[in-house]
This record gives sequence, structure tokens and C-alpha cells, in this order.
Amino acid sequence: MNGPVLDLRGVVKVFGTNRVLRGVDLAIGEHRVVALIGGSGSGKSTLLRCASLLETVDDGQVLLDGEDITDPRVDADRVRQRMGVVFQAYNLFPHLSVLDNVTLAPTVVHGRSRADAREEAHALLDRIGLADKAGEFPDRLSGGQQQRVAIVRALAVRPRVLLLDEITSALDPELVGEVLGVVREVAAQGMTILMATHEMGFARQVADVVAFLHDGVVLESGPPDQVLGDPVQPRTRQFLARVIDAGRL
Amino acid sequence: MPPPSELELSRRAWRRHRARRSTLVALVSTLVFALVAYLVVTHAPGWPRVRATFFSPSVAAESLPDIAAGLWLNLQVLVVGGLLVLVVGLLVAVVRTVRGPAFTPLRIVATAYVDLFRGIPLIIVLYLVGFGLPALRLEGVPTSPFVLGTVAIVLTYSAYVAEVFRAGIESVHPSQRAAARSLGLTHRQSMRIVVLPQALRTVTPALLNDFVALQKDVGLISVLGAVDAVRSAQIAVGQTFNFTPYVVAGLLFVLLAVPCARVADAVSARARRRQQSGGLL
Repeated sequence: MNGPVLDLRGVVKVFGTNRVLRGVDLAIGEHRVVALIGGSGSGKSTLLRCASLLETVDDGQVLLDGEDITDPRVDADRVRQRMGVVFQAYNLFPHLSVLDNVTLAPTVVHGRSRADAREEAHALLDRIGLADKAGEFPDRLSGGQQQRVAIVRALAVRPRVLLLDEITSALDPELVGEVLGVVREVAAQGMTILMATHEMGFARQVADVVAFLHDGVVLESGPPDQVLGDPVQPRTRQFLARVIDAGRL
Repeated sequence: MPPPSELELSRRAWRRHRARRSTLVALVSTLVFALVAYLVVTHAPGWPRVRATFFSPSVAAESLPDIAAGLWLNLQVLVVGGLLVLVVGLLVAVVRTVRGPAFTPLRIVATAYVDLFRGIPLIIVLYLVGFGLPALRLEGVPTSPFVLGTVAIVLTYSAYVAEVFRAGIESVHPSQRAAARSLGLTHRQSMRIVVLPQALRTVTPALLNDFVALQKDVGLISVLGAVDAVRSAQIAVGQTFNFTPYVVAGLLFVLLAVPCARVADAVSARARRRQQSGGLL
């Protein structure tokens, strides 16, 4: 497959009278990491929710491996089986252990055997250094540990693309590193990733493409060094100046 | 706002088409089911007998005024009882949640009350209050079945409603209490201004559900001899040797319950919408 894994074409999303997305075009090639940056309320989360079919788009298309998944004839549940989503607030299931959180989708949705799913879950947890927490419940874990489990839960279904929605925004600063470390490793292994983030430094290191979302469109996109270091658009420069002022770059 | 694209229009058309189709399927399957049920019942060997005994229009018309007059009594019990249940239930719930050793006796009494009256069948409470209390022949104890019936119903339902309120109070996250106390509010103030308003919002659907249950249980005061809708129906049955008045009374109770059930649905739906931040799931 040579086309992009995930291809957003003219995506429009309206809430009431508020046009949050006004025609977003964005393509994520295989094994590519695309970082979505932009101010608060610029539509980063909405875009990810549209891509994962948690919202219906009001116009435009989303293609996954060339298939138009915004076609209402497509079974959204089957499409979501091929994607992994990690949320800002972790969204682990509090009534299930770490291991059960991770094995849930592989067994229930993908019909894999319990033993098989457990084995893989243990291997994944081992890789993020949480093998000893498999039996714990999420509320016994720190935010960083929970978010790492959430990443593993998304990876356990072997998705075509991983969508990360500001996954470090709810974390204490000293816990951000461990979560980004996991993302870095996942990216290095060739996972296709679309991530909304405020971590400009991380985007610069890991992303292949940085896309700046403003006023409901992708205003500027390109290699991180260009977009973050020498942006063309004044709006992008303005946004980055504010981020630098806040001491986050 | 720019006009939607050709593609989006076709998507919308397809969704409309699907919606129409599923409405049609639902409509047809409902009609088919109703028809089958109708045919099975009307072709049963005993149907003419049942129709004459339970669905006689002339008996229905004759008994309706008395039963409707009786329903007025039920309505009075419902309104008075419903309001009292809210007050007593909330009081008991708050008492059960106060902390501090000084309140231990009160808490024990409240807990015992809830355990007792949630356990006893309503009809037995009705007998005990309705026949036992007047039999003491104390000064000032009312003997009207209306008053005694209401007391019995309030005793039973307040125990249920107190538990609903308590669940609501405990569902408010402790951080809310911490925030209120951090501002210097007393326990009482934080309960009244911060915790209870949030708790009430959570439990409103459950309360409305209990109200619908109360609506038909007010018919049980007939066992005390109050001439309510059920009792009037009973009298009419005795006079005509025909069970139609019971059906009439039943239908009147249903008519009473339907608006309430719809209100309950609407309130729950509104609460759900408020909690959801949009999205499909």
C-alpha cells in the first residue's frame, strides 16, 4: 500500500453555529508521525474525534487505507477495530484490572484466545515497565502509569494508525517524560501516528510532519524544523511566540 | 456558511432513507404484532364470555362517574403523600449522612426506620396503621381512612425515597465537599448549597420513578374502607356481577401514570444531554 494510511479531505465539523473544522486536508503516510499543533479550541481534538468516527463529519471525507470511512454505509465499529485511540484523561476502565483493560478488545472484539491475548498483553506491559502492575486496578496507578497502560491498550489491537489526543496534558510535568518515551518507542517501531500535542520539543524530535491547525483549517504543515523553526505564516509565528513565552519550547 | 458538497448531500439523503426505512420496519412489525395479538384473543374459545364480563360498555359507562369520583380521593392522597414523602425522605437521608458521635443515636434511629419500613409490605403497614392505631383509642388519633392511609403510605415510601436521596448525596464527589469546606462553609451550609443541589439533579429520574409507583399504590388505601377508585369499582362489581368496573379503574390509573412517566423520561433525557459533551456514543 503506497497511499496514505489516513487521509483527511476537506473535513468539516459544525457544532450548532460554530464551524470548528472548515475543510481540513491532512494525509498521514505509513510509518509516519504527524503532530497536530494549534491553540486551545482550534479543533485538534475534534479532528481526532472525526478521524476515529466518534463524531460524524458534516462534510468532506476520511479515508483509511483508501476506504472512505465517512460513508454512512460503512460499519463504524469495524473501522474502529483498525484504529487505536488514546485520550487526554486516559479513560481506562476503572472496574477492570490493568491486564483486563489491555486484553478486553483483543478477546471480545477480535476473538483472540484469552491465553494468547494475555501473553501479548504481558509482553507489552513488560516493554513499558509495568509488568508488575498487571493485576492492579487503574486507580492504584499514577497518571503516567495509567496513560502508558492506555497506550498499550490501544496497541493491543494492532491498529493501522494510532490517534493520540493531547495524551500528556493531564499529567504532572515529571510524568510526561515516561509517557513520551513510550510514544517514541512505538514510533520507532514504525507505527503510524497522528497526535495532537502541546509538547513542541517532543514534536520536533519525533514527528515527521508538523501541522498547524488554526481557525478550522491546516494553515501550515511541513517538516518540524521548518514549521517550528522558520514558519511561513504569521499566525504560526504568533502561536509559537506565545508557547515560548509560556516556557514550553 | 458554504453549501454542503454533493458527497455530503448524498450521505444525508442516504441517512434519511435509512431512518425512514427503520421507522417503517418498526411500524409494520408493531402493527403485525398487534393484529396477531388481537386475532389470538378474539378467537379464543372463551372470548365472548370474557368480553361480556370484563369489557361491557354499558357497565363501564354506568360505573365510570363513581370510579372517577373515587379517583379524586386517590389524587388527594397522591399529592399530599407525595409531598410529605419528599420532606420526610430527605430528612431521613440527611440524618443518615451526618457524621460525628453526637448524632449516633439519631443515625441509628434513621437506619432502623429505613430497614424496617423498606422490609414490611405496604399492605401490612396499612393494616397496622389503619386498624391498629385507632384501636388504641387514644385522644386525637384520627380515624379517617384517608388520613391513616396517607400516613401508612408516607411511612413506607419515605424509607425508599430516603435511600434514593442518600445514594444521590453520596454520589457527589468528596472533592466538592472539600471545596465547600475550604471556603469556610459549615457542614450544614455545604450540604444545603453545594451537595444537595447536585444530589437532587442526579436522583430526579429515580424519584420520578418512585412517584409513578406511588401513583398506583395509593389505590391500596381501599383496604381501609376509603371509597377511592378501587373501592368504588369493587362496589360496582358487587352490584352488577360484572368485572368491567375493575378494568375501568385500571385504565384510569394508567391514564394518571402516563403523563408522569413521560415527564420522567423527559427529565432523564435532559439530564443525559447535559452530561454528554456531544458525540455519538
